[in-house]
Amino acid sequence: MSEFLRDYLTVIWFGAAALAIGAILLGAAALVRPSHPNFEKSIAYESGVDPVGIGWSQSQIRYYVFALLFVIFDVEAVFLFPWAANIERYGAFGLIVMVVFIVLLLDGLVYAWKRGLLRWV
Amino acid sequence: MSAVLAVEVPYWGQSLLRVLGGLVAVLLPAGTIVYLFLFKMMSFMQSRLGPMEAGPYGSLQLVAEVGKWMQKEDLAPENADRTIFKMAPLVVLVSTFLLVAVIPFGPDAYFTNFAVGVFFGLAVSSISVLGILIAGWASANKYSLLGGLRAAGQLIAYELPLVLATLGVVIQAESMNFQEIVVAQNTGAIFGFEWLGNPFIFTQFIGFLIFMIAVQAELTQAPFDMPIAESELVSGYMTEYSGFRFLIFFIAEFATAGIFALIASLLFLGGWGVPFVWFDWNSLDDVSWWMNLVGPLIMLTKMLLLTFIIMWVRFSYPRFREDQLQTFAWKVLIPLSLANIGITAILKVAV
Repeated sequence: MSEFLRDYLTVIWFGAAALAIGAILLGAAALVRPSHPNFEKSIAYESGVDPVGIGWSQSQIRYYVFALLFVIFDVEAVFLFPWAANIERYGAFGLIVMVVFIVLLLDGLVYAWKRGLLRWV
Repeated sequence: MSAVLAVEVPYWGQSLLRVLGGLVAVLLPAGTIVYLFLFKMMSFMQSRLGPMEAGPYGSLQLVAEVGKWMQKEDLAPENADRTIFKMAPLVVLVSTFLLVAVIPFGPDAYFTNFAVGVFFGLAVSSISVLGILIAGWASANKYSLLGGLRAAGQLIAYELPLVLATLGVVIQAESMNFQEIVVAQNTGAIFGFEWLGNPFIFTQFIGFLIFMIAVQAELTQAPFDMPIAESELVSGYMTEYSGFRFLIFFIAEFATAGIFALIASLLFLGGWGVPFVWFDWNSLDDVSWWMNLVGPLIMLTKMLLLTFIIMWVRFSYPRFREDQLQTFAWKVLIPLSLANIGITAILKVAV
């Protein structure tokens, strides 16, 4: 197997190790801990007041616009990394192209800013 | 790693060693940070002694804590979505373990040697957001839901400055491989003066500041601790967790703090290396084998230094308001880090 794939296999072992550690810890605790469930204990804790309705209540999602902006800028970063790692090879041409790219996206941020989307309302 | 041991180790043996090493690299920083900073330093800063009973100067307090958490009943709220409620801490823990896999501790002492190590690290670090969002949603608790949503909003907002600050380092080192970034810092020179190498903290100081602020927010440490703001949301997405499931969240939080400090020391402080000019090394192949033993100690020292700063800020500053948080990320940090990238790139190409 190539070195490249072996590195990814190591990552899988690390993930498996994390799950194993979690399982061992919880399993060991299961041998020791008490289990006396009753109704009072299983009520959601909302500062001692009995909860009204269920927990999945409607609330205003203010993160919607931020999530969209995040996707745009994260994809920008994906494109910037390969250029950054080879910056000398692309030289001045690459620099100008990438500056245009960044400015275009920055323009989007300024637009969102001017529209008041970055305000927390 | 087989080069260190000088004997050929079979693949399963290598993997076992790596996993054990990874375990140490996750649990040792977490334990050290919690005892040294969270228990002792915070107490001294607040003019009290902190834990003193368990062991000399309370040094066995961690063992006592684990014993305590072990005996707690494993509760889940009645309305909760039980399967994913119980799964959420494990998702966060897996994210932490995947993140530690990219960190090199010496010329041969690494777990994985990805050509795109920086990229991989940034990618897996955001898996923990998923675990937090799951925890907040599955609890069926209004405080948890709000905490989970706040955490998601905060983590994605500060992910961008983190990524963009890293980009400045990638431009300077011209590589996304952690080993090559370390070598680039230790073989570099500042204005022809090469005794110190060129730790990127000097040339990328703005990047370093942005990175550390973003790390503070990614770890939800005060002043960025709105997702678990005690006075507003009880304990945010962790409210309904008890016993070992809570402890797993807790371990993962402080282990991630240590790992982010390790990443910051690799990117900005020269990582495991010493300036190569001290020993007449020219490239990674020249580095002596004993750096595999000294490297982890250097990394540990730098990690303690950076986590000290993170915890110092945590204990010193009051919480931001929620709107200030998003404003700060989008209107200050992101334009600043884009400007930093532009200037770095222009200087790199022009000079």
